[in-house]
Amino acid sequence: MIIKQLTVFIENKTGRLNEVTQLLGNSNINMSALSLADTSEFGILRMIVSEPEKALLILKDADFSARLTDVVCLNSPNEPLALARALDILSEEGVFIEYLYAYSMDNKSANIVLKPDNIKKCIEVLQAHKLELVRASDMYKI
Amino acid sequence: MIWNEKMECADRDEMRAVQTKRLKETVTRIYHNVASYRQKMQEAGLVPDDIQSVDDLCKLPFTVKTDLRDNYPFGMFTVPMSEIVRIHASSGTTGKPTVVGYTRKDLNTWSEVVTRSLCMAGVHREDIVQIAYGYGLFTGGLGLHYGCENLGASVIPISGGNTDKQLQLMQDFGTSVLACTPSYSLYLAEEMEAAGIKKEDLKLRVGIFGAEPWTENMRKEIEFKLGIKAIDIYGLSEIMGPGVSCECEHQTGMHINEDHFIPEIIDPLTLQPLPAGEVGELVFTTITKEGIPLIRYRTRDLTQLNYERCVCGRTLVRMEKCKGRSDDMLIIRGVNVFPSQIESVLLEMSETAPHYLLIVEREGNLDTLKLMVEVQEQFFSDEIRQLEALRKKITHKLQSTLGISVDVKLVEPKTIERTAGKAKRVIDNRKL
Repeated sequence: MIIKQLTVFIENKTGRLNEVTQLLGNSNINMSALSLADTSEFGILRMIVSEPEKALLILKDADFSARLTDVVCLNSPNEPLALARALDILSEEGVFIEYLYAYSMDNKSANIVLKPDNIKKCIEVLQAHKLELVRASDMYKI
Repeated sequence: MIWNEKMECADRDEMRAVQTKRLKETVTRIYHNVASYRQKMQEAGLVPDDIQSVDDLCKLPFTVKTDLRDNYPFGMFTVPMSEIVRIHASSGTTGKPTVVGYTRKDLNTWSEVVTRSLCMAGVHREDIVQIAYGYGLFTGGLGLHYGCENLGASVIPISGGNTDKQLQLMQDFGTSVLACTPSYSLYLAEEMEAAGIKKEDLKLRVGIFGAEPWTENMRKEIEFKLGIKAIDIYGLSEIMGPGVSCECEHQTGMHINEDHFIPEIIDPLTLQPLPAGEVGELVFTTITKEGIPLIRYRTRDLTQLNYERCVCGRTLVRMEKCKGRSDDMLIIRGVNVFPSQIESVLLEMSETAPHYLLIVEREGNLDTLKLMVEVQEQFFSDEIRQLEALRKKITHKLQSTLGISVDVKLVEPKTIERTAGKAKRVIDNRKL
């Protein structure tokens, strides 16, 4: 259930994001999810890609600061209050969320990538409440 | 006015006789009182009797900043602590400060050389002297202070910073002499302009500027903007503090108080003494100091000496403005900064020191220090707050270690240019 997220440090300057996407694309690595968090001076690029280990090596070879981070992905109905319910559960059980990003798959469902403070507990809580987690192998294929 | 005409105008033979007598006394004393000196002399096959005159000075081993660090804090003192009445410290090369101690007599000597310096600069007892050097462990403030009192001038011990108050007192008290770093004087000039204060409204006539390198162009600018004579004063805490040497009103080199501090110029590579007039590293031997006498202390400042009698009548040897350093020390707003200090702070944060680059700029008239740190794996987190916390931690740690603020910027790996595998550590963009 643990998904390897590819995390990359990039300075706020033109062309850097493009370089990452070019490098990965040229090696035939596909991105299924992407989020870019920025501060005034630097950004952190977070991605779910088809081959995380290979992508990590490619970026490191190109002198990027990159690492793999454990995250989970919740598949939730694409309807009002669905996310709120999931977050309620996590908050009641004391799971703290460092960050998340989400995207709709279609009219029926949406994927929510979560970075909790305690990933083991997060998975247990979600499973105990019968919430659907996306398997890593499925996630990389999207 | 010449404060101590006998010494300041002595002919060379008289001066050499004084220096020889004092040098022999100093060498004998340290040989018997400081283990590290005795050991160094023994390694060089020397006993105190081998030093019979100033000419024998070159036989003695050098002392360097790391000797002070290795004997931190008081290992180089030659008197018991009961004789030490004051301790000062300046930043060392790797975090530990360089500590110096003064006996009552040392403080008197210091006051004497500062008083001489003030007289050289044309300051007299009717003057009101505003001392805007920092008071504290730094020798600038207190050094000038006691010299001014010894002269009989009126001292305003305002210390550094607090620009509004500096300007207010300057106007209200009728300050006639300003003592601070040259860059701060230009900052004051700017603030004066912003506050609508004209130089004609003030009674300023002399500035005693030191603790950082400055150029003839800066001097012209200061003199024009403040309507004063800008005098260069030199010193380092290891030798005494300000007053080791100072310019006279003719501004043709700084007169070294050589009856207390014998200067030499050496080639920093071969360590051989260079003839008068050649540019090399300045080396001092203190010959009257009791607390912590130093033999052939390498200042790392590059300059040249001029033994001709000055128009002012003084015969004290003159040193040119320092032309640079033979090590990598930077002087930022009067504070000594070694790249190695930054490295040790970064090392405390992780197992391996990351690549870094220091960029020194002069914005307006104040020096700024920017540090670029490459975010390598050991530093990298996927969470922004962790990276921000890291940046703040580095900033805070540097501030407390160096005593000045540093703007820390996290950059990508390999952003910092390498030459032959070795990263360049410092870019100094100040035009000095």
